[in-house]
Amino acid sequence: MHLSRDTMRHVHGWLLLTPAAVLLVSFTHYPTIATVINSFFSKGNSVRPSRFIGIDNYQAMTQDPIFWKVLVNNMWFAVGTIPTSIALAIIMALLVNRAMPGRSFVRMAYFTPTILPMIAVANIWLFFYSPDIGLIDQITSWFGISGHNWLGDPDTVLSAIIVMTVWKEAGFFMIFYLAALQHIPPELGEAAKLEGASRWYYFRRVLFPLLMPTSLFVLINAVLNSFKLVDHLFVLTKGGPDNASNLLLYYIFENAFSYFDTNYAATLTVVLLGLLAIMALAQFFVLDRRIHYR
Amino acid sequence: MSGIQIHNLVKQWDEVRAVDDVSFEVPQGSLTVLLGPSGCGKSTILRMIAGLEDASDGEILIDGNDVTREDPSRRGVSMVFQSYALFPHLSVRENILFGLKVRRVPVAEQEKRLLEAAELVGLAHLLDRKPANLSGGQRQRVALSRTIVSNQPVCLMDEPLSNLDAKLRAEMRDEICALQRKLSLTMVYVTHDQIEAMSMADQVVLLKGGQVEQVGTPTDLYEAPQTTFAASFLGMPPMNVIPLDQISGGEALQGGLPQARPDWLLGIRPEQIRIAENGIPVEVTAADYMGAETVLRLQHGKQVVMARVHGRPPADVGDKLRIAWAADDIHLFDENGARRGGPDTAVSQPAL
Ligand SMILES: Nc1ncnc2c1ncn2[C@@H]1O[C@H](COP(=O)(O)OP(=O)(O)O)[C@@H](O)[C@H]1O
Ligand SMILES: [Mg+2]
Repeated sequence: MHLSRDTMRHVHGWLLLTPAAVLLVSFTHYPTIATVINSFFSKGNSVRPSRFIGIDNYQAMTQDPIFWKVLVNNMWFAVGTIPTSIALAIIMALLVNRAMPGRSFVRMAYFTPTILPMIAVANIWLFFYSPDIGLIDQITSWFGISGHNWLGDPDTVLSAIIVMTVWKEAGFFMIFYLAALQHIPPELGEAAKLEGASRWYYFRRVLFPLLMPTSLFVLINAVLNSFKLVDHLFVLTKGGPDNASNLLLYYIFENAFSYFDTNYAATLTVVLLGLLAIMALAQFFVLDRRIHYR
Repeated sequence: MSGIQIHNLVKQWDEVRAVDDVSFEVPQGSLTVLLGPSGCGKSTILRMIAGLEDASDGEILIDGNDVTREDPSRRGVSMVFQSYALFPHLSVRENILFGLKVRRVPVAEQEKRLLEAAELVGLAHLLDRKPANLSGGQRQRVALSRTIVSNQPVCLMDEPLSNLDAKLRAEMRDEICALQRKLSLTMVYVTHDQIEAMSMADQVVLLKGGQVEQVGTPTDLYEAPQTTFAASFLGMPPMNVIPLDQISGGEALQGGLPQARPDWLLGIRPEQIRIAENGIPVEVTAADYMGAETVLRLQHGKQVVMARVHGRPPADVGDKLRIAWAADDIHLFDENGARRGGPDTAVSQPAL
């Protein structure tokens, strides 16, 4: 038998793709499909095995007040963390992109929170937020303000977590902005300076538009992170009090591993995947058209 | 007195003295070229005139006003950068109008200046393009248009042609010159290319190691170089600078220049060397034929001499020749490289 050269080329191509394809299928595609299928089945136990129930899980979900609560929480979490951490990242990058004494030290200081594991960060902030003995309360006590249980109060817990997340994320995003800024030739700034453009004008008309590709990348990451980052909840609040700081992914975890309702967890996961897909697509299609790429 | 005056300008980086006590004047409406090898401080001087770099010492006067500490935007200068510094996300139109918008020029006036400038440099049909979709020459023209619309009396250019190919460079040289005359701009033009300097300049400031080596018209520099550095910087190939003790004195000096001392140097332009019946014996080590002329590399003992002759090579590599030159064409430099005699010393120093 003699295979044509063309066929052999296809065979080679497929052979080279196989390892990556196997990994993708077994760890991404198969679990995704399995999750979707699972979401159509009831929770099984030793007495009643799991059975197909159609969209009952989804109906139950729309009736579940905690689901709506974590969804709203997650929205506030995104709104609270994304714009602030991006704005801070740009400001920090602009600050450390200039020639100044101790520049590399400041750059490293800004970046440190990113290197730390989330669990460690959460532990540090647990100390900051501890009522009375924590750093924040000790400082406010100098001004005669009495202690506050930041993580125990449903009114402040989500904000407290937002502040910590911004602290953790801004340094990470700063690195991307810093890299982008260093690719912008300094002559552009000099040309603007010769015309008398203020720093703000130059930022608005030149730097910010030239940073847009970076901003899109950072924005997508920030949005994904606002749904993906839940490690700190394990340390800080466990979603409490009264689900005031519970987020979608943590709620999925609770359902799957605390209440052992893997089918409801699968239902919630499908919703999460759908949300992420919609947001990623929207960002690409809406923003991508308005961005200048070099 | 208007134009630009530079007095004892100094720029000191931590250890490097990039500009060292430089003084010169640029008459109003003239084109002065700062010429010198890479790293001699040309860009630094230009950037200090623009105000993009602070002067460590000395003063800069534009139109008689001391602008040494003035804000760059209030010095009345525009600048063309080597990289053109076009804003990549803005169209040609927006790039040209950038400065006018910053300065809040009325919209009708903006439009008028834009169209005039675009017409002048032949960009009118490209106003809506982005810089990425322009050729090198077109980008250069956008940068020039920015200067034109700014209406500033002084224009500074830092090696504006170095990113273009040879043909385009010749074209743009002429265009920049024409523009400078038409708008009577006071222009300071930085280059390391002697062709640009010779063909464009009203005045050349030759720099070496942060110091002024010679200031003069292109003909001054070519015909009466004041130092061996100037002599060997200009010309293609440059002037032969030969220690007198390398060639027996009488033959080399052709009986002229009695003041010469044995440790001095003789300068002779390659085109003034002729092949003679009896003269200094040399061996041809290379012959570069260029059509209208041939450049010969000649060896006399350890001394290399370059010669330029009309037409085809008069001899093959390895041949022995004899060369001579006229006493009137000899330039003389002392042991420190300073001019001590030569053809038109009298012409360029009428004050004597
Ligand atoms: N920002 C700087 N810091 C330190 N040294 C510099 C700086 N800019 C230029 N120099 C030095 O100053 C000298 C002159 O530089 P420059 O004016 O750019 O030369 P040119 O334009 O003639 O090639 C060089 O030796 C260069 O290394
Ligand atoms: Mg330079």
